[in-house]
Parts: sequence; C-alpha cells; structure tokens
Amino acid sequence: MQPNGKKDGNTHTLSVTVANKPGVLARIAHVFARRGFNIDSLVVSASVEGDFSRMTITATGDPGGLEQIIRQVNKLVDVIHCTDHTGEDIVLKELALIKVHTGPAARAEALQIAAHFGAASVDLTETSMILMATADSEQIDALLALLKKFKIVELVRTGKVVMARGEQPT
Amino acid sequence: MSINKLDGAQALVKCLENEGVEYIFGIPGGVTIPIFDAFVTTGTKIKFILCRHEQAATHMADGYARATGRPAVVLVTSGPGATNTLTGIMTAHMDSIPMIVVSGQVLAAMLGKDAFQEADIYGMTMPVVKHSYLVHAPNDIPRVVREAFHIATSGRPGPVLIDMPKNVSVGPFTADLRAEMDLPGYQPQPEAFDKAAVQAIAEALSRAVRPVILAGHGVIIADACAAVKLLAEKLNAPVVTTLLGKGGFPETHPLSLGMLGMHGTAYANKAVSECDLLLNIGSRFDDRILGLPALFCRNAVKIHIDIDPSEIGKMIVPDLHCVGDARLVVEQLLKQTSRLDTTDWLKRLNGYQRDYPLQYRRTDGLKVQHVVEEVYALTGGRAIAVTDVGQHQMWTAQFWKVDQRHNWLSSGGAGTMGYGFPAALGAQFGRPQDLVVAFVGDGGFQMTLCELATACVHKLPVKVFIMNNRYLGMVRQWQEMFYDDRRSGVDLEGNPDFAKLAEAYGARGLRLKRTADVRKIITRALEYNDGPCVVDCHVMKEENVFPMVPAGKALDDMLITAPGKRRKTAAGEKQ
Ligand SMILES: Cc1ncc(C[n+]2csc(CCOP(=O)(O)OP(=O)(O)O)c2C)c(N)n1
Ligand SMILES: [Mg+2]
Repeated sequence: MQPNGKKDGNTHTLSVTVANKPGVLARIAHVFARRGFNIDSLVVSASVEGDFSRMTITATGDPGGLEQIIRQVNKLVDVIHCTDHTGEDIVLKELALIKVHTGPAARAEALQIAAHFGAASVDLTETSMILMATADSEQIDALLALLKKFKIVELVRTGKVVMARGEQPT
Repeated sequence: MSINKLDGAQALVKCLENEGVEYIFGIPGGVTIPIFDAFVTTGTKIKFILCRHEQAATHMADGYARATGRPAVVLVTSGPGATNTLTGIMTAHMDSIPMIVVSGQVLAAMLGKDAFQEADIYGMTMPVVKHSYLVHAPNDIPRVVREAFHIATSGRPGPVLIDMPKNVSVGPFTADLRAEMDLPGYQPQPEAFDKAAVQAIAEALSRAVRPVILAGHGVIIADACAAVKLLAEKLNAPVVTTLLGKGGFPETHPLSLGMLGMHGTAYANKAVSECDLLLNIGSRFDDRILGLPALFCRNAVKIHIDIDPSEIGKMIVPDLHCVGDARLVVEQLLKQTSRLDTTDWLKRLNGYQRDYPLQYRRTDGLKVQHVVEEVYALTGGRAIAVTDVGQHQMWTAQFWKVDQRHNWLSSGGAGTMGYGFPAALGAQFGRPQDLVVAFVGDGGFQMTLCELATACVHKLPVKVFIMNNRYLGMVRQWQEMFYDDRRSGVDLEGNPDFAKLAEAYGARGLRLKRTADVRKIITRALEYNDGPCVVDCHVMKEENVFPMVPAGKALDDMLITAPGKRRKTAAGEKQ
C-alpha cells in the first residue's frame, strides 16, 4: 500500500458497483493481484440501493494493463459495473486522522496549520491532539508535510472516495 | 418417492434432475454421504459414476461436455477430495468448458477451525472458476443450482463450484424447488452485438486481397460452424483453426489449411503471416498461435470476433472487433459480404501445401503419425478423437482431420497431462453410439490410468492408443533442440507392460511393435467392443514434431523439418 496517492499519470481511480454477495471483494482483489497491480487504496461502502455496494479503488500501473483489469473485473459475475474515472470531472476526497505530539507551546501553531486546511481537532490532551482532515489527497499530503515539524505519532487515511459531479450518477 | 419432506441433499438431487443432468462423476466421503444417500432415497434417474481419482472425474465431466455440448456434474468430498479437482477445474476454465463441481464441506460452524478434511476450496478455486458458491442454507439450493448451470453454460462457458457444508445437506428444505436467479451483474446479451462494427468488418473484407479466417473454439461453442463455412465459401477465403477450433470448419474442405501455431502446418502459418486480413472468429489469440506477438500478422488488418469483451486487445490489439455470439455475428456478416476473387492467393497457398506438406517416412520404424493416419483411415475419420498432452497430441492434431464439432477433445490452454483417457471415457458416456479413440502418451496415461477400472466396470469400448516412446517426449524434444540434447528427467524407465496392465483390469490389451502390423492390430482393436481396448504402440523413441516455431520466434520463422539430422544417444541410456 502506498500511503500517498502518487500523482504520476499512472494512478487510476475506479468505481465498482457490486452485488452484495460473499467473496466479491476477494474476486476483485485476485484480478489485480494476478496482473501484478498494486491497490493503493480501497473503500467499500453501502450504496443507495441496499443490495449493492460501492467500491472506490485507486491503483497504479500502466494504463493498458489497467484497461484489461477493468474488463476482467467487469466480467466477474457479481460486478455490476467497473469504471475508470481518471481524467473525468469528479469529486475525489479522503479523510485522514492525524495524531500529533504537541506540548502546550506548539499547540497553537499546529491548530493554525490545521485550520488552514479546514482540519479540526477531534481529541485534545496535555501532550497530544488528533486532527481530522477531509480533503483532496494532495492537500492532505501538504498538511502532513507541514505537521512534520511536530511529532506525528499515528496516521490513518480512509483512501479516496469518488463521485461524478453534476446530476449524473458516477 | 417415500418421502415428502426433503432435506438439502435431496433438494440438491432434485434440482440437478431439473437441470437435465444425466451423469455425476465423483468419489464419496464423510461430508457427502448425505448426498449419496439422497441418490438412493430420491430414486433419481441420474447415473452416478464412481471414479478412481477426483481429477479424472473432472476430466470425465469435461470430456462429456466437449463431446455433447452439455454440462456434467462432479461430486467430491471436502478437503483432499475437493483439492484433487483443482487441475480438472483449471483445465475446464482455460478451455471454456461448462462444468458443475459440487464439493462437500465441513459443517458451517466448523469452517475456519481446521476441522477434519476442511479445505477452503471456495478460496482455492477462485482464480480458476467462472463463478463459485458456498451454500449457506438448504433453501438457497434451488437458486444456487439454477444460477450455476446458467453461468456455466451461457456467454463464455466455464466451470462453477458449489461448496455444500454438511449442515446444508442434512438441514430441512422448506422452499420451492424452482427458484428465480438473482444475478444483477451477469446479463450476457450475445444477440446485442454492434451492427455498425459488423458493417465495418464487412467493408474491410470487401477490400481484402489475401484474407484468412481463423476459426477458434468459439465457433464450436456458439455452433457457428455452418455460418463460418458459408462465409469462407462466399469469400473464397482459406481457413486455419486453432487446436481447440478443430472441427469448427471441416478440415477435409479444400479451403482448410489445418491448424496454425507452434506445431501448426507450414502453410497455415505462412498464410497467417502473409495475409492482408485476418478474421479471427472465437479464438483468444493464445500465445501458442502467435509466435512473437509483435510480428504476428504484421501487415494485415486484424479483426477479432469474441463473446468475451476482456479478450479484445488482451494479446493482440485488433483493427476492428465485434463482441458477440460467433454464430449471430457471422450470420449478420454473411448478409453484408460479397464474393471475393482470391484466385491468386489460393494459388500461392496451394503452392505452399505442395512444397511443405506434413510428412514423415514410414520406413524408419513405427511412428505416431503412421498410427494416427491408419486409425483415421480405418475409422473413416468419423470417430471422436481424444488426445493427451505432448508430442503425440501435436502429431494427432496435425494428421487427424476433424470435420465436425464435438469430435475433437484435447486440453489446450492448460495442457494437462492425464486428461486424455478420462476425457475419452466421459465422451463415451455422453455418446454411447459413437466410436471414441484416444491417443495418449506413455507419460500422461500413467497419470490417470486408474480409470481403467471405471472403463471396465461400464464396459466402455474406448480404444486407447498409447504412444509409448518411453520418454516424456515433448520435454525431451525441447532438451534436444534448445538445451544441446542434455536430457534431464525425461526417461520413463520403469514403464509397465501396458497390455498386461490393461488385461489385469479386465480390459483388452494389445501390442503394436512393427510397422508391418499397424493395420492388423488397429483392426483388431476396432473390432473389440466388449470394453476398453488398450494398444501399447512401441513408437520410435526420438522422433521430433515438426513444423515447429521455436519460442520467441515469428510464426513464419519456423523449422519446417528437422534441422540437420542428429541421432545422438544419451550416455548410459538403456536401449
Ligand atoms: C500434469 C503435467 N505435468 C507436466 C507437464 C509438462 N509436459 C508437457 S508434455 C510432457 C511430456 C509428455 O510425455 P508423454 O505423455 O509420454 O507424451 P509424449 O510427449 O512422449 O508424446 C510433459 C512432462 C504437463 N503438460 N502436464
Ligand atoms: Mg512419451
């Protein structure tokens, strides 16, 4: 897994709608693994209709190979559709929780940086705080870079979720 | 039937009956006893064939499906019973063969606890099935079975696994035996192909000067044979077939150039290399037919018709393509094409056929090609021919001309040794009135020869020709040609006396050692119909298969005949 969604033209964002059947995630993961593709991030959640789930997968690799993978994922019996949204007009966000070691002296500066990125503190102790950021991956990367001067104790990121802009479903 | 309340196992048997299942091949075990019991308590008409190895059971079901076009069922127990089917499932998957494998599983409550004979067969088979199920409740059985058969047989066919925990088999069944499918993600629409794409293909065809039709397995699966024949005749286009496409277009037809690929005919490979248009109908451009992919058909317009969208552009990026059922697409194409004048092209290819025929000398000693040609002649070419994997497979593919679909069975994509003999038995079960001949290697036959028992029990009059060269011949050929004849791990010393072995099982065993006896012994084998007949053919040990396109070479860069004969014998080898 790559913590930072690399921006190198070979990173693709796929959305996959699947029937809620056992094993469907394993089948999809197999298709990527077999072609030697790394899944950078993966988010699974319920969709509006209860019988289906939505996955957002970001993966890195050569576009030709990825096209083939998309076709093979689409071929899986329990996959309704799999689409590559790279280069489309989409909203692409992720959420990060960042635990920073901060004494009272540094606290204000850390909060100031967080505020700039629209991140909020969701836990505060004498020696630490947890910041929550919801943003583009690049912004989260930038936030992390600035927070480096404090000690980052722990980091979790959800991975990207995608939705097409406008009225059209993704 | 003495019961009115069913349990899961009985419901399963009833559902298999509803699917028209004729045969189930397999071996029982602890967790499948309830299903075997249900065979008795339901009084089902489905015939259970007790095999001697689960792998062979899957090959039998595979052979049944290839020879009839209908799926058969495999039933095995959990753990080792299930894992023994992996090779057969993978073989079927690679060649798009419909098959339903029902595996018993330990109690659902014990799953994941390393219970006795627990194997995660659902997980293990995932990459080699078209789809799979772990059944959760008895009442799910009708839907699962209906879906499994639908998935296995529609679109691009393939194997489907149904893993049945024991509690599902013994639990009470309270639902309706007819269930609706719930497959929102699987809606194959073979008839919904792109008409504009067909129009574009027709236009490309009208401009072709040197067209070639490549007929793959899809032609057979979709029963596009008649349409492809009409198309070839209308276009005056020569037809080459893949190993699995044999029978999709009559190989005795004047437009047939036989098989292409690594051991294809020289003229088929030359045709493909020199054509200006290649119309691939239902082949997945397997690496064994491409030679060096970058040089494959390099000056031609490449057209690909396939039912599986994920095959388009996988190996070869086509100039034009159409996703759809081969028969429907070709029938549509027929309406839009007109006759072509290919006289010069056919003349050139006829020249190649004259200059580079398949050939061998009968005077050197007994050869596989000779046996195959004689069996072909003595059966009028009407038999179902089955092969194992190795040199004999390639020679049989070269010399046995197949005119009808379902009359040629060979493991292509997987190249599974041990496939041929049990597949021949499955074919004979499915078509009891037809003659089945199997050509197998001495190596491969020993992998599944235990099924001689099954063949004898059911008195299957299959003729098995063991091409006994006392070598893993195909590997030895590679060692000779590409490893300076350093032989390693290929000497089949310790081979049994196959004729005696056959007799020990109660089969007829014959020996063929001399060229002069070929007709006599084959006739004797063909006349014996009270059970299986095994003919141990002592063929020349060190023959090599030609033509051959060495790995990594272009298709027209083939060795048409043996390069400078060399007959070295490995030191220390027993003669
Ligand atoms: C199960 C399996 N193991 C190994 C191989 C590799 N292999 C391909 S051909 C061949 C030799 C087959 O020998 P034999 O059955 O005697 O046939 P021959 O080539 O001599 O005609 C081998 C070992 C294979 N295809 N399948
Ligand atoms: Mg051999």
